Amino acid sequence: MYDKTVRRRRVVLGLLVASSLILLTAYFGESAGGGLHSVQRGVLDVISPIQEGASRALKPVRDLFGWTGDTLDAKGQLKDLRKENDALRQQNVTMQAQLRDDQQLRSQVKLNETAGLADNAPVAARVIGEDPSLWFDQITIDKGSSAGIRTNQAVVTGQGLVGKVSFVWTSGATVTLITNHDMQVGATVSDSGVKGLLAVDDGHPTQLVLKSLSSQDVVKPGQTVVTSGTLSKVGRFPSPYPRNIPIGRVTSVDDPGQDDQQAHVRPFANLRRLDIVEVLTKADRS
Amino acid sequence: MRPSIVQLVVRLLILGALTVILQVTAVSQIEIFGTNADLLPLVLAAVGLLSGSIAGACFGFFIGLFLDLALVQTIGVSSLVYVAVGYWCGRFRELRDPQSALVPLAVGGAATAAAMIGYSLMQFLLGVDGPVSFLLAREILATVLLNAIIATPVYAIVRWILRPALPDDPRRRRRRAYTTGGLSPLSRA
Repeated sequence: MYDKTVRRRRVVLGLLVASSLILLTAYFGESAGGGLHSVQRGVLDVISPIQEGASRALKPVRDLFGWTGDTLDAKGQLKDLRKENDALRQQNVTMQAQLRDDQQLRSQVKLNETAGLADNAPVAARVIGEDPSLWFDQITIDKGSSAGIRTNQAVVTGQGLVGKVSFVWTSGATVTLITNHDMQVGATVSDSGVKGLLAVDDGHPTQLVLKSLSSQDVVKPGQTVVTSGTLSKVGRFPSPYPRNIPIGRVTSVDDPGQDDQQAHVRPFANLRRLDIVEVLTKADRS
Repeated sequence: MRPSIVQLVVRLLILGALTVILQVTAVSQIEIFGTNADLLPLVLAAVGLLSGSIAGACFGFFIGLFLDLALVQTIGVSSLVYVAVGYWCGRFRELRDPQSALVPLAVGGAATAAAMIGYSLMQFLLGVDGPVSFLLAREILATVLLNAIIATPVYAIVRWILRPALPDDPRRRRRRAYTTGGLSPLSRA
C-alpha cells in the first residue's frame, strides 16, 4: 500500500514536470502562429472579459489600498521633497552668485577693452568684507601685497570706478569707496569736457556731487562723468585714477550758471552689491 | 473516482482560477511598502499543507499554466516552478505534520522565496536579459516579508474553502483520538 502510494506520487510528479518541460520546449520551438500560441490566444479571448469585469469590480479595493498607501507615502515624500527643496534652493543661490560673478567679470573685461585698462595691469579680487553701516564707504578684498596691490591704486568694476586701496596686507586689502567723505576724485563730464572734483553728497551717502565748477560750465542731467586722470602737467600730484573710467551720471544740477553750481551724480557701480572688483596695479602712463 | 475527490478537484480549480484572476486584476496593482503581495505561492503553500504533495503539485501545475496563459508568458515556466513548490509544501506536511500556528507563516514565506527565486532562475536560464542586482534581491526579500505577514489569513481562507472536501484533517483526527482515548477504529465510528 505504501509502495503504491509512493509510486503514484512519483509518477504524478514526474508527469507534471515532464508536461511542464514539454510545454516549455514546444512553446519555444513553435512560431507565433503555432498551436500553443493559438491556445493562449483562445484562453485570452475567454478570460479577458472576466479579467475586465474583475478589474472593474475590484477597483474600489485597489483605490482604497492606493489611497492608504499614498497617504503613508506622502509623509515620506514630504520629507524627501523638503530636503530636495533645500538642496535646490542652495544650488539656486550658488548659481545666481556664479551668474552675478560672470556678469561682473564680463562687464569688467568689456571695460578693460573700452577704457584701455589692460595697460594698468588689472588684478581681479573678490570682495570678502563690507562695511555694514549706512555710511557704506569701505570694503575688504581677498588680494593683497602678494598680488602686487599697493595703497592708492584705483579699484573698478565693470560699471565704473569704485574707489582706491587704502590699506594693504599680504593676502588682502581695504578699499575706500568713492562715497567716503574723505575721498575726492578729479572728474570730467565726458561730452562737454567740464572738469571738477567729485565727492560724496552730504546727507546722501550713496550719491556724489561734482564741485569746483565755474559759472561758464554747462552741466546737464543725463551727462556721463568720467575720471579726468592726472591734471598737472608736471606730474607732481599724480592721480591714482587713470583717465576715462566711468563714474556716474548727472541726475540734477543745483544753481546752474552760478559760481557755486554743483551737479549731483549717481554712481554707475552699485557699491552695495560688489562681488568682484579689479585693482589697477599700474599707474596711468598718460 | 470518489465524490470527495471530485469535490476537492472542483474546489481547487475554482480556487486556482479565482486566485490567478484576483492576483492579476487587483493584488498585483496594490503597492504596499513599495512592493506587491503575491497570492499564488501562499495559496499554493496552503493547498499543499492541507491536501498533500500530489494535490499541491497538481494545483501548482494548474495555476502556473493558467497564469502563463493569462499573462501571455512562456507556457510551462510558472508551471514547472509551482509544481516544485506545491510538491515541497505537501511533502513537508506529510513528513513533518507540523502543528505550530506559525507553520503557515513560515511555509508561506519559504514558498514565496522559492517561487520567486525559481522563477528568476528560469528566466535567466531562458536568456532573459536582466542583471542580478541588489534591487532584485531587495524586491524578493520585500515580497517574502509582505507575504509572510498575510500568509496566516490566506491559509485560514483556503482552509475554510477546502475543509468540506478534505478527506480527513490530521489535526482533527488527532484531537478526536485524544478526546475519545485512542486511535482505535471504534473511535472513528
